[in-house]
Amino acid sequence: MTLSRRKFLGTSVAASAALAAPMSFAAGHGKPHVVVVGGGAGGATAARYIANDSKGEVAVTLIEPTRTYYTCFFSNLYLGGFKTIDDLGHSYGGLAAGGVNVVHDWAVGVDRSAKTVTLAGGATLSYDKLVLSPGIDFVEGAVEGWDLTSQNAMPHAYKAGSQTELLKSQLMAMPQGGTFAMVAPPNPYRCPPGPYERVSMVAHFLKENNPTAKIIVADPKEKFSKMALFQEGWANHYEGMVDWIGSDFGGDNVSVDPDAMTLSIDGEVMNVDVCNVIPAMKAGRIAEIAGVTDGNWAPVNAIDMSSKADADVYVLGDSSQQGDMPKSGFSANSQAKVCANAIRGALTGSRVFPAKFSNTCWSLINTNDGVKVGATYEATDEKIAKVEGFISATGETADVRQSTYEESEGWYAGITADMFG
Amino acid sequence: MFRIFALGLTLTTSGAATIAVAEPVGDPASGQKQFRRCASCHMIGPDAQHRVGPALTNVIGTAIASAPDFAYSDALRVAGAEGGIWDAETLDAYLANPRQVFKGNRMSFRGLRNDQDRADVIAYIETFADQNEAVDVAEGFAVSAEILAIEGDVEYGEYLGSECKTCHQPSGDDDGIPNIVGLAVDDFAIAMHAYREKFRENSVMQIIASRLNDEEIAALAAYFEELEN
Repeated sequence: MTLSRRKFLGTSVAASAALAAPMSFAAGHGKPHVVVVGGGAGGATAARYIANDSKGEVAVTLIEPTRTYYTCFFSNLYLGGFKTIDDLGHSYGGLAAGGVNVVHDWAVGVDRSAKTVTLAGGATLSYDKLVLSPGIDFVEGAVEGWDLTSQNAMPHAYKAGSQTELLKSQLMAMPQGGTFAMVAPPNPYRCPPGPYERVSMVAHFLKENNPTAKIIVADPKEKFSKMALFQEGWANHYEGMVDWIGSDFGGDNVSVDPDAMTLSIDGEVMNVDVCNVIPAMKAGRIAEIAGVTDGNWAPVNAIDMSSKADADVYVLGDSSQQGDMPKSGFSANSQAKVCANAIRGALTGSRVFPAKFSNTCWSLINTNDGVKVGATYEATDEKIAKVEGFISATGETADVRQSTYEESEGWYAGITADMFG
Repeated sequence: MFRIFALGLTLTTSGAATIAVAEPVGDPASGQKQFRRCASCHMIGPDAQHRVGPALTNVIGTAIASAPDFAYSDALRVAGAEGGIWDAETLDAYLANPRQVFKGNRMSFRGLRNDQDRADVIAYIETFADQNEAVDVAEGFAVSAEILAIEGDVEYGEYLGSECKTCHQPSGDDDGIPNIVGLAVDDFAIAMHAYREKFRENSVMQIIASRLNDEEIAALAAYFEELEN
């Protein structure tokens, strides 16, 4: 790949006439304006890199409803007792100090022809470039008997924060010898090893606090990420505690009754004490509102993460349909840097470099028993394509597993500093 | 070196430490206490990482300034380039008067005047030999002068370096993943080439390095050397 492949170079900066729109949050005065929706691994990183690297030439507004962002990554470690909820929380002060205009509100509308974003609070923002990084929402009707009104009885805990705390409190309140059930999601979904790391962390907690309890997992898939590693870990650390039911045994034929606290797997109804329902996922709703989705996800061009529907709209992270990268915080952060470089180039004429992507997902199975899977990726005309990958091996020594866990701690410190400053 | 120290240990444990020899025999237990003065800057042991000073786990017998991912002073790099080795004699002279030996080095330490103290510390350091695989693995790995001479494109390095910052913190903080800010260009480049050729272990670093060409490694090295905490 060569640098000349980018065609954005020299595109006019075009201080857009749309800046005359009502109540613009842009620093304005002819500066190009980038609006970023969603302050997670994709959005916060993109906002920070565009603001920092353009050194004031580009105004950046980040729209994020929450004032404290709880990372979904490492939230299973809170369930397992390895992290506190506060360890997962991050504020946006660093981004604001770095020149990003942080607006705590919901983006509720996008008018792509007028190039504006409407907020729940009533304001309308004009943009030259719009970055959507809204994470995931759930597909309605994906699990029979469950909808968002059921999330207090049967939490998904797949957006970190109050849902994660709720699941933890339910786990702690389980009767001795009780049953923790999980309904796992179908592909594709956020954080492929996430449900299974969660099973491991729940098992770790139960082994210490409720050793006769059982975990049952109904899974619509035949196999899952790092399957051999997790199954080895469950057998070694939590023998007899975890019952995983894949699609071959009816794991794909599931319904729940949140009032009765029952779970039905392939017609067999059982009482459960905790039921963690992780439904099928789709792009965060604002992507659909913006009209950049095709089915459940938003297709993007691999070279810069621009939407296939609109060259001035970019979609990062879980919401994007980009090819081979898993939906993860690491992926979103990686995509954000490629996107930020492209947007700066388009708006200021700065150099645009070839897209390089990477991802690593660490998972914790038990104390100091960390595993990882990762790959590098490149942009092709069709998609983000995998170049080379690795995965931890079964039977690794305790030293290797411990150093993998320590590496994951270093990564958490690194990526959160990279996102939030 | 190994023989000398093995002998030293034997003599010490047999209670013959006071035997009249030209050089005092080191006592690693006493050296461990002395090492506290070093420990504010240097780590030692199987998990040791570079701090203000380089990890000393396997330093004895290695070329001066040869840890691939530490930013040495020019003084030590020159000494290493001239073939200097950290043997007991060299280390003893250095510890006796750090300001005068390898002038211009950055070790901020007055030195150990007492001959026995130095022998003890060196004996202690020697007990950790062969515990640092990374150093062993990078030893014997060479990058041609031609490749090391490639001038890095700092702006490209900044873009490529954004990928590194997902794990390596630009503040220089180290929470389980080593600091790479301020590394000397050659050290950075050698380390990356060693990962690319799978001489150094770490599955993440190997795949990251494997798709970087020589110019891209030079660009990264130039950027991270310039980057300040």
